[in-house]
Amino acid sequence: MIEIQNLKKSFGDLQVLKGLNVTIPKGQATGIVGPNGAGKTTLIKTILGLVKPDSGILEVNGTRLNGDWLYRRDIGYMPQVARYPENMRVYELLNFIKGLRDQDAVYEHELIEQFNLQSELEKPLRTLSGGNRQKVGAILAMMFNPDILFFDEPTAGLDPRSSHKFKLRVKKEKEAGKTIFITSHIMSELEQLVDHVIFILDGNIRYYGSMSQLLELSQEERLEAAIARLMDEPIERTGSVSKQSEMKSTPITLEIA
Amino acid sequence: MRKHYSPAWRKELDYIMKLLTHIIKTEWKSLLRGKWVIGYTIIFILLTDSLLRFGGGGSEALLSLSNVMLLFIPLVGMIYGILYIYQSREFVELLLTQPIDRKVLYWGLFLGISTPLMAAFIIGSMLPLAWHGILAADSTSSLLVLGLGGMLTLIFVSLGFVFGLMFYDDRIKGFGFTIVVWLFLAILYDGLVLLIVFVFGDYPLEQFVIVVSTLNPIDLARILIMLEFDISALMGYTGAVFNRFFGQNTGIMTASGMLFLWLAIPTWMGLRIFRKKDF
Amino acid sequence: MRKLIINTVLAAITYLATLPVLFAQVVVSPDGPVTTISEAVQIAAPGDTIEVHSGIYHENDLLIEKQVTLTGIGNPVIDGNGEGFILIIRADSVNVSGFTIQRTGRSYIRDYAAILIEGVSGFVIEDNRIDDVFFGIYLAETQGGIIRNNIVSAYDSREASSGNGIHLWNVKNPIIIGNNVTGMRDGIYLEFAENAVITDNISSNNNRYGLHYMFSDGGRYENNTFRKNGAGVAVMYSDNVDMSNNLFENNWGGSAYGLLLKDIRNSRIEYNRFYRNTVAIYSEGSTNVDIRRNHIELNGWAVNIKSNSSRNRFIENNFIENSFDVRTDSPRNNNLFDGNYWSGYEGYDLNRDGIGDVPYRPVSLFSMIIERQPESLILMRSMFVRLLDQAERIMPVLTPKTLFDENPKMQRIQ
Repeated sequence: MIEIQNLKKSFGDLQVLKGLNVTIPKGQATGIVGPNGAGKTTLIKTILGLVKPDSGILEVNGTRLNGDWLYRRDIGYMPQVARYPENMRVYELLNFIKGLRDQDAVYEHELIEQFNLQSELEKPLRTLSGGNRQKVGAILAMMFNPDILFFDEPTAGLDPRSSHKFKLRVKKEKEAGKTIFITSHIMSELEQLVDHVIFILDGNIRYYGSMSQLLELSQEERLEAAIARLMDEPIERTGSVSKQSEMKSTPITLEIA
Repeated sequence: MRKHYSPAWRKELDYIMKLLTHIIKTEWKSLLRGKWVIGYTIIFILLTDSLLRFGGGGSEALLSLSNVMLLFIPLVGMIYGILYIYQSREFVELLLTQPIDRKVLYWGLFLGISTPLMAAFIIGSMLPLAWHGILAADSTSSLLVLGLGGMLTLIFVSLGFVFGLMFYDDRIKGFGFTIVVWLFLAILYDGLVLLIVFVFGDYPLEQFVIVVSTLNPIDLARILIMLEFDISALMGYTGAVFNRFFGQNTGIMTASGMLFLWLAIPTWMGLRIFRKKDF
Repeated sequence: MRKLIINTVLAAITYLATLPVLFAQVVVSPDGPVTTISEAVQIAAPGDTIEVHSGIYHENDLLIEKQVTLTGIGNPVIDGNGEGFILIIRADSVNVSGFTIQRTGRSYIRDYAAILIEGVSGFVIEDNRIDDVFFGIYLAETQGGIIRNNIVSAYDSREASSGNGIHLWNVKNPIIIGNNVTGMRDGIYLEFAENAVITDNISSNNNRYGLHYMFSDGGRYENNTFRKNGAGVAVMYSDNVDMSNNLFENNWGGSAYGLLLKDIRNSRIEYNRFYRNTVAIYSEGSTNVDIRRNHIELNGWAVNIKSNSSRNRFIENNFIENSFDVRTDSPRNNNLFDGNYWSGYEGYDLNRDGIGDVPYRPVSLFSMIIERQPESLILMRSMFVRLLDQAERIMPVLTPKTLFDENPKMQRIQ
């Protein structure tokens, strides 16, 4: 479970997160969407510990983040851009990360097999195709079987077959009760993988709720269209409140939709 | 039989050391496989060997080597440090999402990349010195030059780290700053000192120039070289403050101490920035 | 009867054969019968050998006025108890060897010495250890004589209250060879010594000069080592001195020189090695001295030549990494520098004849800067100073325009 209260972050004069409140229960698969510069990346980086918030409360599985690092044992992160030391071989990278984490890499072999990387293990990372590097990133994220998974544009460099395999894997993780976050520009992909959506605009959460509800409220068939409408609609017109199910969310979110 | 009991801090320390060596080892392996460090080693092998082969004897070669070292190691060290930060951005960020302490990660990365470069210089220069017999004949001078080169490498890689972290998102600025700092420390600084000496020539300046020189790590290394190779000239100088500083071990102690301070401060600054930074 | 004669003749021959030995040898030993050296000297006849066995003998002002050979066996010690002279030799061809001679008197008026040799010739002083003395071996108005393989040492570090190790005054043709002198005022001192030959000595840690020539013409000194002396070696007011194959090293200090030349004429300085001296060669008022094929390395100043020196020639020397090559006090130059190797030379040799195509100017701008602003010494070997020097060498403005080496060698001279 992840709980965020009034999270604020500025870079210089630029206020990137303007007081976010959100609670994500365990086992939920959440898509994070929003235009570039809205604060998506900052939000994820804050949860991952890469960015330190200016104020607000952030709890991961009950641990209040305060310069502590042990909570990251429960987190797996697959970065968007997979760049690794050029001369390191794939198995060395895996070993390196294993050495950093005092945890069993329970799914290492399973994932390697699943993503067909056996033949690449001995190769230096610089010789790997972009797709294969993405897969390495996915393995790194999932092999320790963490409770919480972050995937940042996970399928961007993958061919359709690998992309399909990746999605199957994510679904499996979801079934296993993992809390999953995915950012993606491909809305159809999110439709397949997540059941909840956080839509961030201009440092605030504009919508947080289940996907079905979002579609229903926006009277759209597809997520893409729903999001597009959310972006287009000026705030004044979004008066017609709705729901806000069991989840906490910001007042602004309540206004929306 | 006595039961072995290891206290918590001991376990913690063991764990940190294990992590550190793990990171350092991995960096070493990866850097050694890159041509960069090997090339750097070969450059120093060729340089030192040709200095010894064509230049004549030990002191001549060692002084030429130290001239090269005083000029270029700071530049190479800084560029190397800042390049590492820029090139490994995504990787470092990935590492930061792992459950380890930033402090440990910082030391691991810094030592992991600075020590190979240091070793490259030391080994590259030492081999020719060894096979030409200089290492045995002029061992003090040789070890001094090698040690100072190693020290300067560490200092300037750490400065490169600091600049890389300071100008994390602006590479042009980062490199520009590095070049300016290098020009300033390696050349202009001494020009300014000379200017001040001439402008304020009527005042007693010995203490002043000593203090000012210890503020520049390149000058510190140069003074230590000077104490080794030019002590006979320094002894010909009659100024009391200089004589005290150079004549006894004061000079060596002060300069070495300041050099260590020059290593401690940038590494500490780097650590501070690294721990607080938003990546 | 015949047998008797033969026996008698044999006995006579035996007797005659042993005669010189029996009569020429006096044995001194603490167990007697002769227990002091002075007693032995008294009873000895000219030409006798006095054999002194190990033990401590206390003697002062022991006058030797007949030709004897004093031989120490098992390193006997002659102790002067800190008073007066110990041995005073006033006979020709006296030999003294194998002794430890220690503790002379000290005085500001008289030059008390362990061995004083006055007005004689043909002596040999050899293999003695002379320790804790005011003066060591003192030769006055002697002719010839050999001082060989002695060790002379003292422990007074003040210049005024220490004497010279081997002191030569008004002598002719002395030979000083293989001695080791430390801790004296001057290691070896020559005043009015003609044609002295000084070779293979080691003179180190003396309070003033390792070797000090005054008004001594026509001698040579070779293969000596002068190390860590207060002021190095001084050769003054002498003509026609040969100085070769010596090692001058680690003579440090405000007024320390490897070799100080003052008013020297027509002399030669060749194949010496100068290593880590504050000033390797200092010259004041010297004329017509050839300085050739020396190896001058890691000194503060390789050469400091005053403008009253003229017609000296520095040829084919190796100048290696001296902090400064040449210092002079005049913009004019009356001496020749030619065909030397200078490690600071950065010129080129396009025609590959081993000689640099542009001249080398051994007086650097920086050396002139520190004469005006001594504090700038701390900038030695800095990049900025090297750039300044380089610029000045290309376009000399402040350094002496006529002081240069027209034919700098590209390689060291072997």
